[in-house]
Amino acid sequence: MPELMQFLLSGVTVGAVYALVALGFTIIYNASDVVNFAQGEFVMLGGMFTVFAFEAGLPLPLAALLAIIATAAIGVALNKLAIEPARGAPVVSLIIITIGASILIRGVTQIAFDKQLHRFPAFSGDTPIQIVGATILPQSLWVIAGALAVFVGLWLFFTRTLTGRAVLATANNRIAAQLVGINTKYVMTLSFALSAAIGALAGVLVTPITLTGYDIGIALALKGFAAAMLGGMGNPKGALVGGLLLGVLEALTAGYLSSQYKDAAAFVIILAVLFAMPQGLFGRKSTDRV
Amino acid sequence: MRLSSKTTTLLVLAALIALAPLFFPSSYYFRVGSLIFVNGLAVTGLVVLTGYAGQISLGHAGFVGIGAYACALAPVHLGLNPLAAAVVGAALSGGLAWLVGRPILRLKGYYLAVASLGFGALVSMVLANEAQVTGGPDGMTVPDPGLRALLKSAGLDLSNSAFWYAFSGGILVIGAWLALNLYHSPTGRALRALHGSEVAARTVGVDVARFKLQAFVISAVYASLSGSLLALQNKFITPDVAGYMHSIELVTMTVLGGAGSVIGAVSGAMILTTLPQVLTVFQEYEQVMLGLVMMLVMIFMRDGLLPSLSRRIRGRGE
Repeated sequence: MPELMQFLLSGVTVGAVYALVALGFTIIYNASDVVNFAQGEFVMLGGMFTVFAFEAGLPLPLAALLAIIATAAIGVALNKLAIEPARGAPVVSLIIITIGASILIRGVTQIAFDKQLHRFPAFSGDTPIQIVGATILPQSLWVIAGALAVFVGLWLFFTRTLTGRAVLATANNRIAAQLVGINTKYVMTLSFALSAAIGALAGVLVTPITLTGYDIGIALALKGFAAAMLGGMGNPKGALVGGLLLGVLEALTAGYLSSQYKDAAAFVIILAVLFAMPQGLFGRKSTDRV
Repeated sequence: MRLSSKTTTLLVLAALIALAPLFFPSSYYFRVGSLIFVNGLAVTGLVVLTGYAGQISLGHAGFVGIGAYACALAPVHLGLNPLAAAVVGAALSGGLAWLVGRPILRLKGYYLAVASLGFGALVSMVLANEAQVTGGPDGMTVPDPGLRALLKSAGLDLSNSAFWYAFSGGILVIGAWLALNLYHSPTGRALRALHGSEVAARTVGVDVARFKLQAFVISAVYASLSGSLLALQNKFITPDVAGYMHSIELVTMTVLGGAGSVIGAVSGAMILTTLPQVLTVFQEYEQVMLGLVMMLVMIFMRDGLLPSLSRRIRGRGE
């Protein structure tokens, strides 16, 4: 029993990070129908910027804040310089553009910083906490709480604010949104800033546990993408559930079956879900117009 | 008589392959050339899948891996000649594509992308983890098929790199010829129809599921053969050939030059294969350059490099 509890706790921690990445995918996808393969790079940048600002002598909270702002700015730049000019391009082109962006960001990071793995101290120390015979790091609680806070914050933003509703309207029907006076360009820029900031926040929260380095983004993007698909692309609730589910399944596979194949388990489950429910767990069924 | 575009394409391709060695200052260029042909072959398969049928696969390196490892494993375990092993690998890849293609191809766009990506990831994971069979991340050696020795006994003595240059160049021309024939066949027309609009194609009686599956199987066989060629000429193979990055490279090559045409896609393979060779001087900047090229071409030349350029040259007035 304590064993299972331990797997669940570590699964939820990793899953919370996947959920944050998946939420980032969801926001951009909703606003622009683009799946941003550079989402994992935002997580990496959040961690890297914090590490180097912290080592330069800034207090940790300030370093983290700066990292989130800088990453959001990069997200905006990605939208302005690459996604907006490519409006209307086919899915394949958009996939290549964002994958190109991720490779570019990785390359620049490697030159600007280095190829080493880095970490900074955990927010509230490294003394493990006992829960029902299992242990959890205080930092894991930060990660889980962070994911929940972002989810609640987004929910409030989308349901209670005018700007949030404008984003939803744009997601639903771009042209109709334009007709009622919504500046859809601004909505897209906002979405990129928001999802880059959320990615960076995930990087800030998780770096004390998993370390950061220039090339951690690919794996995170794949898992976050898979989580978003699992939950149903474009659905924030799906992103949260998909992320947590993926993390837990991975931890269980690593614990009970084979740690080498924990990534395989994730993909097998996603393939199975997609075969049974091509729109994901919470996805809408869509019809094509000819 | 006016030559058809198919014949022109093939003649240009064959002439380039045959004449390029006249300008090669060293055997290193033969080596890069054969790498281009190896990638060109996989990319030709992707032209059928992406360019003709409009379906995305981010997992084709999985098939490349199967082809490559077939050439390494079948000679050891089944005692086959490596060339026969390549055929076995192609059959295996085709069969596997047929099996996974049925459910996967029901998905569209991003969903298809992630499903194929998952498949590729599974293949590369098996290759990297089953160390007692595949040698794991260290890779394994591939036996020589003995073709060069055969040619030598027939009086034609080619250097190793020249032989593989000619051999993979020949295979690429055959592959391109088959793909071009397919384009004008009823199957090719059906594929292009479903690329335009799946629903419309179905309305006029095209069995969409069947044709998509055919394109997927064909492209898997091309990828597998490309993997086999790579394994044979390198005489060594690691799980990297099946990795995610290789899948991405293949798709990028395809759309970079122009997914709609074989010659366009092959020129994409040429650019992306030579670029890292040129950039080794600035190894630090390799990724930056690759990322930039991918983005710039897709933003400003959506149909790919070759179609955009030829349109610009041909019709200023359009």
